[in-house]
Amino acid sequence: MGERLDDAPLVAEPASAGGRAKGPSRPSRAINRYFHGRRKLGVATLLGLPLSWMLVVYIGSLALLVVSALYRLHPRTQKPTHDLTTDNLLAAFKFWDSDVWDGVVFPFLRTAGVALLVTAICAAIALPVAFFVAKIAWKWSRRGLIVAMLLPLWAGYLVKGYAWRAMVSPAGGRFAAAGKGGGGFLESTIHWTPGFGRVAIVLAEVYLWLPYMIMPIYAGLDRLPPSLLDAAGDLGARPFRTFRSVILPMLKPSVAAGAIFTFSLTLGDYIVPKIVNNGTERFMFGSSIDAVLGAPNQPLAAAFTLWPLVIIILFLLSMKRAGAFESL
Amino acid sequence: MTPDAPTTPAIQLVGLRKSFGAGEHEVVAVDSVDLTIDNGEFFSLLGPSGSGKTTVLRMIAGFETPTAGAILLEGQDVTRKPPYERDVNTVFQDYALFPHLTVHQNVEYGLKVKRVPKGERRQRAGEALEAVRLSALGHRKPSQLSGGQRQRVALARALVNRPKVLLLDEPLGALDLKLREEMQVELKAIQREVGITFVFVTHDQGEALSMSNRIAVFNHGRIEQVGTPHQIYDHPETSFVAGFVGTSNVLSAELSFQLMGVAKVHSVRPERLRIVREVASDSEVTVSGLVTDLQYLGADSRIRVAIPDGSHLLANVPSDGLVGVAIGEPLRVAWSRYAAFVVADTNTEGGEE
Repeated sequence: MGERLDDAPLVAEPASAGGRAKGPSRPSRAINRYFHGRRKLGVATLLGLPLSWMLVVYIGSLALLVVSALYRLHPRTQKPTHDLTTDNLLAAFKFWDSDVWDGVVFPFLRTAGVALLVTAICAAIALPVAFFVAKIAWKWSRRGLIVAMLLPLWAGYLVKGYAWRAMVSPAGGRFAAAGKGGGGFLESTIHWTPGFGRVAIVLAEVYLWLPYMIMPIYAGLDRLPPSLLDAAGDLGARPFRTFRSVILPMLKPSVAAGAIFTFSLTLGDYIVPKIVNNGTERFMFGSSIDAVLGAPNQPLAAAFTLWPLVIIILFLLSMKRAGAFESL
Repeated sequence: MTPDAPTTPAIQLVGLRKSFGAGEHEVVAVDSVDLTIDNGEFFSLLGPSGSGKTTVLRMIAGFETPTAGAILLEGQDVTRKPPYERDVNTVFQDYALFPHLTVHQNVEYGLKVKRVPKGERRQRAGEALEAVRLSALGHRKPSQLSGGQRQRVALARALVNRPKVLLLDEPLGALDLKLREEMQVELKAIQREVGITFVFVTHDQGEALSMSNRIAVFNHGRIEQVGTPHQIYDHPETSFVAGFVGTSNVLSAELSFQLMGVAKVHSVRPERLRIVREVASDSEVTVSGLVTDLQYLGADSRIRVAIPDGSHLLANVPSDGLVGVAIGEPLRVAWSRYAAFVVADTNTEGGEE
């Protein structure tokens, strides 16, 4: 960057001496010259604004969240006041209290479990699919297949949620196809449906976030030198052995990178789970937070959100150890 | 090669053909290759890039399936067998070391896959690393090694399996000149020691000449000539071989008729040409021309002479005999009739493809 700024006046000089300056105008050249050699100042000017934006918006809002968890609700108006209290934190983190355990900790752990399950299923599907596209499919078909893998991202989030509701709707449900014996798409075609509920939630979440697992794995496979696969076969490894002992360990960072997406996206999602869930059960932790927020008890909701925050930080750290950030 | 040994050859290639694509877009990489490689030979496949030599190697290894023809390993047909069922090992051009494994684990990999007991495995891997003088670096990752060291790990990883044939795909291509020359000597020594058949792919004619027992010269997917380095260099059978292995002056049939009375394409090496002051004896052919270029190479110099029929001749002469030679000046060169030999004209034939 600095070198380029330096070049501009040098190139422009002879032209301007001839009286027909077509290069940068004089003030901008003065600015260029001022920044030349002042590298730190240049970097600060360039990145200062976006960095401070990041700081205020991301870190600042997170800090605000933690602070607002300490606010006490006004006993009469039910509005947050600036009196500080630890009641909210206790209500969210006193896991040795059975009420807190049943109402907060267990639902949260269940949500984290769903996120892990969705991540594992996504990885199990994405590995063979990405391998097929990257290494087996004909070269001319590759681009089309990549587009096909990303296609779900082009539909709206809610649309996909209601599409899944229509898919799994059981016989006699609201989405029952007229004149076909009732039931959603699955019921009317293969006469089986998981119905609304937990299985449908996991299915819908896997469908929603699968592209985010496929892409890093595909990129990782694309970077994998084909000669390594030849070498494993040459040394006597059958295809499955090659997959287990060469491909999988080398894809670990890519899988970890994809897991960051699928895990955090599932952990925070509660709208689609609500759409495909049975009745009004608050299955995902996000629903609980939403309910508390609507109570309205903003400080308690803020305290609840610290659970996913802590877990995400722990998850990111463990994925960092797996090398996820080198392959992003 | 050895008349007293009726052993089966290490490798036989019969009518081997490989083409990619189909119909009008068909590209023939290898065409009607017949080749017999004897046990314990250091055999080189030599040719320019795209000549099909690497494809032949990859078919022997099992990475590519031939379109037609057969591959026999010690008399056994392995044409349709996958790589993991063939008793050959490969040293790859980019070494293809597993980056997530240590050097020792890389070398052990083949033995582990073949379920060799742990104790024996460790011992054999240790010996293989010792043979390539890398015992001290067994715990390192490949990324922590230099190019030459990686090359030796790749060699150890292949040799530890004691294959019937070792395939080497331009293994020295990525090394700098000095290291390459060292590795040439070392590779040859290792081959003598282990007695395994080596099939060595290279585009470097010097490398092929200095290391091989025999060489097959490839051009456009076909073999132009098979022979010892001596035969290939001194008696090239085709104009392509004459031009590719070392430097040659290829004389057109017309020019040959004028100079030597035989209307066939001839080839003569530049080092066989000498500067003469007057027409030499009958046993020599003499041509006059103009010097168009003069390259000083150290002990020798290379002179480019334009001759009346419009072509050029290259002459390598000792640098101390250059008195009176200058660009633009006339010069007379001569060569012994025995130095020129008839070659089949394959360059134009190949150029049409």
